Amino acid sequence: MSASNTSITVYVPRDSTALALCAEQVAAAIAQQAAQRGISINLVRNGSRGMFWLEPLVEVATAAGRIGYGPVESEDVAALFDADFLNGGQHRLALGLVEEIPYLKKQERLTFARVGITDPLSLPDYLAHEGYAGLRRALTMPSAALVQEVLDSGLRGRGGAAFPTGIKWKTVAATVAAQKYIVCNADEGDSGTFSDRMVMEDDPFMLIEGMTIAALAVGATRGYIYVRSEYPHAIAALNQAIATANSANYLGDNILGSASSFHLEVRKGAGAYICGEETALLESLEGKRGVVRAKPPLPAIEGLFGKPTVINNVISLASVPIILARGAAFYKNYGMGRSLGTLPMQLAGNIRRGGLVEKAFGVTLRELLQDFGGGTASGKPIRAVQVGGPLGPYLPPSLFDTKLDYEAMAAVGGMLGHGGIVVFDDSVDMAKQARYAMEFCAVESCGKCTPCRIGSTRGVEVIDKIVAGQPQQIKLLRDLCDTMVNGSLCAMGSMTPLPVLSALDHFPEDFGKGELGQAA
Amino acid sequence: MQIEASVPQAVPSDPSVDLNQVRSIIQEFKTLPGAMLPVLHAIQDALGYVPPSVVPLIADELNLSRAEVHGVISFYHHFRQQPAGRHIVQICRAEACQAVGADALVAHAKAALGCDFHGTSSDGQFTLEPVYCLGQCACGPNMQIDDDLHARVSSDKFNRVLRAKRGVQ
Repeated sequence: MSASNTSITVYVPRDSTALALCAEQVAAAIAQQAAQRGISINLVRNGSRGMFWLEPLVEVATAAGRIGYGPVESEDVAALFDADFLNGGQHRLALGLVEEIPYLKKQERLTFARVGITDPLSLPDYLAHEGYAGLRRALTMPSAALVQEVLDSGLRGRGGAAFPTGIKWKTVAATVAAQKYIVCNADEGDSGTFSDRMVMEDDPFMLIEGMTIAALAVGATRGYIYVRSEYPHAIAALNQAIATANSANYLGDNILGSASSFHLEVRKGAGAYICGEETALLESLEGKRGVVRAKPPLPAIEGLFGKPTVINNVISLASVPIILARGAAFYKNYGMGRSLGTLPMQLAGNIRRGGLVEKAFGVTLRELLQDFGGGTASGKPIRAVQVGGPLGPYLPPSLFDTKLDYEAMAAVGGMLGHGGIVVFDDSVDMAKQARYAMEFCAVESCGKCTPCRIGSTRGVEVIDKIVAGQPQQIKLLRDLCDTMVNGSLCAMGSMTPLPVLSALDHFPEDFGKGELGQAA
Repeated sequence: MQIEASVPQAVPSDPSVDLNQVRSIIQEFKTLPGAMLPVLHAIQDALGYVPPSVVPLIADELNLSRAEVHGVISFYHHFRQQPAGRHIVQICRAEACQAVGADALVAHAKAALGCDFHGTSSDGQFTLEPVYCLGQCACGPNMQIDDDLHARVSSDKFNRVLRAKRGVQ
């Protein structure tokens, strides 16, 4: 092994998926082996590149670039040292230059440009990778110009509803009040989604910067990040990053010597799915039950504590720094139709290469599932995918050539939402999935409106009857779904029917035998 | 018929709860805007649950009714009103984990611990809870024990992880 007096940088991710796959033990084994062999290394805990089938993905900085090894188990570490991995040596886990791995190379990473590359909690690292360039520019602009820049970028809310972010900001900016708030909806409760979690764990300063720019744009001085309690690693990373940003004056009073101030705080949710709905989230932040509010008034006019409030999803706010740093024109150059920019999509469930894929809007589902995902993990055919979370419909393979764009997806009865894609192979029972959708709604309904509270429980019962051999109940189920769609106060009740009806429409054969399929 | 004036029902005192500790927790957080959740989190973090005996204290300090406080505690899945086992085992039941065998893992966990969801193993070590997504959806089935995550959990891995937890106590 070549002895060197300059220490070699080794990266072991601290993203929670990597930790769930024993990254901590791998990092400890690397430190121990290095010490044992008298080699000085600089061990950096980076974020994850989002190629989760390769985690823990260990990288070594070489003159040619970062060389990857993965998935590494702690038992592999001694052999890696023997193979001189610190100088890019050959080993069965060697992946070559990480940037050249097709899964990563084919992406268009704007929001996730730093994720997996930097140490998430190092402010110098953030600054060295274009961090706070957006805020520095924002500090030179009048607030109206800031709002205009976000409007011009075409950015739409990445939480699912796809409402133009700039219009929301404009409303808050135009509303006169002594106190305004920026609230980040980090209650990422949808199955199949983890891009918010990755931002918070793997590049938290980006979210903080986005919220600070939002505050400058609308004249808010206080902000909250409402994070679900299921994400302890995200909460810890954010708290540490906020403390660092405060002490370096990127947060707090008179940010970077300007006249503007912004105080930011993390609040922990308590396991209620409905608190991902913006008005329920505001109720929860106020210390109440997370019950949905009727709109109007819009949160932009009467939001948190009755004050004008920008409430945006994590990815929406995290998209803002690069828009400010590079300009609206740069950002809107990506995408298609009215879906501009990029969307970090998440491949999950029964998929061979699960992970995060950031692409401009317009990629097809098939490209994501096959070219990136490599088909199912089980090796069986894909039968259904659920796009957009538990309230998204199930799509059959005949729709996989649909382009991922908000309007194109809506045209085939789908939804793109936040880009979460959950894959099922041909062992899936779609009647069971439909029943689960209703059951989930029954467990998680806030209870405020009847169609959601009672309809979901009745939905479970009706599906049970259908499966037990009563096809005439299918009409009743469709009726019930219609009531929920049209009579519910928020998306929980009005969209739970989507997975149910899509299962009925696309997979009728699962709702009984023989003629029951016809009846559907 | 004479209607008696309603008297607030006495909350049974619980000698195992140190009310002074609870009072100081409430004092620490009560000035935050929307202090309720931070207060409840801090109490549960300290005691392992939110005992009924602390409800009047919270109500008094936050200037709310007991019903309002109880309403919040009972609304959120995270807050528990009885002590749990030493470790909380959460298994994800959501779609992405279902697609890779979460239901089988749940059945195994229930059998291995001898309890249903929200129950505790007879040795008092593990309380089993369902969770709807841990955000590790590309590597299911997933579970979390206390704050430790485990991905791609098979029945064997479940047994190993629990044995290790027992071993380190």
